[in-house]
Amino acid sequence: MTDTTTVGALDTMPRLLARNAKAYANTPAYREKEYGIWQSWTWGQTSEEIHALALGFLILGVKPGDHIAIIGRNRPYFYWAMVAAQSVGAVPVPLYRDAVAEEMAYVLDHCSARFVIAEDQEQVDKMADVMGDLETLEGVVFLDPSGMRKYDKSALFDYRELQQKGRDQEATLQAELDKRQATQGPDTTCVMLYTSGTTGRPKGVVLSNYNIIETSKGTCEFDHLVAGDSVLAYMPMAWIGDFIFSIGQAYWSGFCVGCPESPETMQADLAEVGPTYFFAPPRYFEGLLTSVQIRMEDAGRFKRWLFNTVMNHAKVIGPKLLDGKSVGLLDRMKYWLGGLLITGPLKNTLGLSRVRVGYTAGEAIGPELFDFYRSLGINLKQLYGQTEASVFITQQPDGEVRADTVGTPSPGVELRIDDSGEVFYRSPGAFVKYYKNPKSTKDTKDKDGWVATGDAGFIEKDNGHLRIIDRAKDVGKLKDGAMFAPKFVENKLKFFTSVLETVVFGNGKDTCVAFINIDLTAVGNWAERNNIAYSSYQELAAHPQVYEMIQANVEEVNASVAQDEMLSGCQIARFLILHKELDADDGELTRTQKVRRNIIAEKYDDLIGALYDGTTSIFTETEVTYEDGRKGSISATLEIRDAVTFARKKVAA
Amino acid sequence: MQDSYVTADGRTIGATVMEMKNITLRFGGVTAIKDISFDIREGEVRAIIGPNGAGKSSMLNVINGFYHPQEGEVWFHGKRRHAMKPHQIAKQGIARTFQNIALFKGMSTLDNIMTGRLTHMKSGLFSQTMWWGGAQAEEVANREIVEKVIHFLEIQAIRKTPVGRLPYGFQKRVELGRALAAEPKLLLLDEPMAGMNVEEKEDMSRFILDVNDEFGTTIVLIEHDMGVVMDIADRVVVMDYGKKIGDGTPDEVRNNQDVIDAYLGVAHD
Repeated sequence: MTDTTTVGALDTMPRLLARNAKAYANTPAYREKEYGIWQSWTWGQTSEEIHALALGFLILGVKPGDHIAIIGRNRPYFYWAMVAAQSVGAVPVPLYRDAVAEEMAYVLDHCSARFVIAEDQEQVDKMADVMGDLETLEGVVFLDPSGMRKYDKSALFDYRELQQKGRDQEATLQAELDKRQATQGPDTTCVMLYTSGTTGRPKGVVLSNYNIIETSKGTCEFDHLVAGDSVLAYMPMAWIGDFIFSIGQAYWSGFCVGCPESPETMQADLAEVGPTYFFAPPRYFEGLLTSVQIRMEDAGRFKRWLFNTVMNHAKVIGPKLLDGKSVGLLDRMKYWLGGLLITGPLKNTLGLSRVRVGYTAGEAIGPELFDFYRSLGINLKQLYGQTEASVFITQQPDGEVRADTVGTPSPGVELRIDDSGEVFYRSPGAFVKYYKNPKSTKDTKDKDGWVATGDAGFIEKDNGHLRIIDRAKDVGKLKDGAMFAPKFVENKLKFFTSVLETVVFGNGKDTCVAFINIDLTAVGNWAERNNIAYSSYQELAAHPQVYEMIQANVEEVNASVAQDEMLSGCQIARFLILHKELDADDGELTRTQKVRRNIIAEKYDDLIGALYDGTTSIFTETEVTYEDGRKGSISATLEIRDAVTFARKKVAA
Repeated sequence: MQDSYVTADGRTIGATVMEMKNITLRFGGVTAIKDISFDIREGEVRAIIGPNGAGKSSMLNVINGFYHPQEGEVWFHGKRRHAMKPHQIAKQGIARTFQNIALFKGMSTLDNIMTGRLTHMKSGLFSQTMWWGGAQAEEVANREIVEKVIHFLEIQAIRKTPVGRLPYGFQKRVELGRALAAEPKLLLLDEPMAGMNVEEKEDMSRFILDVNDEFGTTIVLIEHDMGVVMDIADRVVVMDYGKKIGDGTPDEVRNNQDVIDAYLGVAHD
């Protein structure tokens, strides 16, 4: 465990690194699969690598306060680069690696980045495209040299060569490095992360060492994370969660961070690493469950029977065991046997057999989904957070896990709900400011340190758990004054495996209407089993039988929505199935896969018009953007259907 | 012998490595190749194009020594080459891929690429069976080369997947991987992009150029997609009805009247 008497000295990431290099010198800090073998670096080696790179940064001429952008997938080298940047007093700014060059250019320009650490040729090419327009950008440090042998190297630096130069000149540069580190403290900026922003330009969230370290400390204690734990780093590095898990908490408690071989091998690497601490967005857990269900549907009758029998029993017993409730001996034995035959091997295949603490967040998670993982004995919990809070606002304590709430306040967090229903918090992790944007800072964080989340919610009276309804700005009213909360309905729809994404409209209107995206994996498999031929996503989406199935889903949701006192007006009167998947490259989703409501409403206003004017089919043409920035267009004639709605439940007087 | 020169994109094209002198190849009464001569220079990307049935694949089989021409001579590294057995050919540093994928469908990507190392394995049957001594060290060394190929072609995710389950584009990539694992000096590609979509073609073009660039491998390829050929080849041989009707840089070939006639058709009077 951590020695709390020295906390005073552990107030910057480089100081935490120095502590770890001594205390955990020979335990692994980072692992990465490369050339088919897991490579690992101890905390001692990690410290040496970071030190060499920090000296290299000094040779490049990095000054205190400079911003260094980092563009790459989860690899130890980039995590080192962040702490190396902090060591020389610079601020690391990780970017989304799949962003197009112009998006990157905006951020690089906004933070006046002088240097970029780029993964490979692809990223270096993007930088070459925008370098001419960026006055401050001086050089790019690259990790993987392949394909760039003949590039003009005047502004390009090899990561490993830079480290070697640093090592060679240690004698002359060490004093400067020591001097810079001595001036750092809890108020020094630790990292700057750009929020993907569901509206407008991304904003740079400035987080101090105090923000990150206090949050990491509190939450590590909350979940008892210690040096023996491990995570798999696979979420985008530009996302605050990855920074907290793979640097903040990892440095605080000294646990090991594993990096996959490539984004495509993540699932296999997960099974090999077997992390004890695991985060994934609901989408991931949904996808995993769908793939298990699909494979079981294809399995033989006996296997299917065995799977269903074991799972039905586990659904009752698993959550009870996790919550520490009393379970009879016979049930315990049955559960153990089920574990031997089904749930154990299944967990192992999914790579979740060692998970002690699992989190999901970002979107609501369906009760069935939640029950599935908890019945396997996986301690899956929900948290609620945002970049501005250094992730954690609320989280579910062990034994108090529910599908419809996001838990109680995290260590050190105070919560307040204002009259309009918006959630505010005050916490050690609450951000310093938005970079070069005092107006937004003032709008979001008041002088007493309360930060507006932009989410509407309420605290349940009997257990103190926070429940989130929707984005505060998305909550509106129907024409008759009934409350309109699109996400509430969307989430219910998304619990069906056939529905991947959906957008509900209705603010200021008589009724609600919906766009629906089908899940190609689930619906495709269903089509195969039912002998439905299709040649493209578009054709499958427009198939009458798919429409029948989705209509049944919509009506089921309507029946359930009708039961809610506050939100019974949000039933879907008409819907259509979109001819393309909503995509971040087209600006329809954020890079974290959240729906950008206004942009979609604007782009498809012809479809919304048709949903409200009673027509039964409409021709539409949509522009699509490919990953390399080229544009094309697809056109389709979409069918619009009416769905049955139910009588609204009367609000009790 | 010509002098070496440097291309516009900075690659060095060296001396002639292989020369075809007046090659004629017959199958019974059918003459597949008629009196063709051309050379291949070190480090270049040499394309052979032509309409269906022009004799391109036969030419490739002559280059790798699988077919023995009835007339003419093949000169390789300044020596006249005589008829050889396939394994002798492989040992000369020539590897190839096939027009119709010829992989072991039931074996994994890794094992398929590993077969490309066969000619480099020296340990005996006993040692290999017992997994002992030299065999072990040899497998580790070979596996390392194979892993580098997997890394290079970005196919880590399908390392353990049986190739029969892979989509076509990936199978083509695995086949290229197997050829690369042999660390060839001369790589022959028979329609590496046939049946691919635009994105897969772009990927494959990039890999071919990278192989040529990073490892200095000489590449001879047959391809139907003129756009691809004109983009990546240094020099192009054009064949029609078993005869050579053009030879030169993409620009020269593009403006050659015989080539235009062969591709666009010409009125026979």
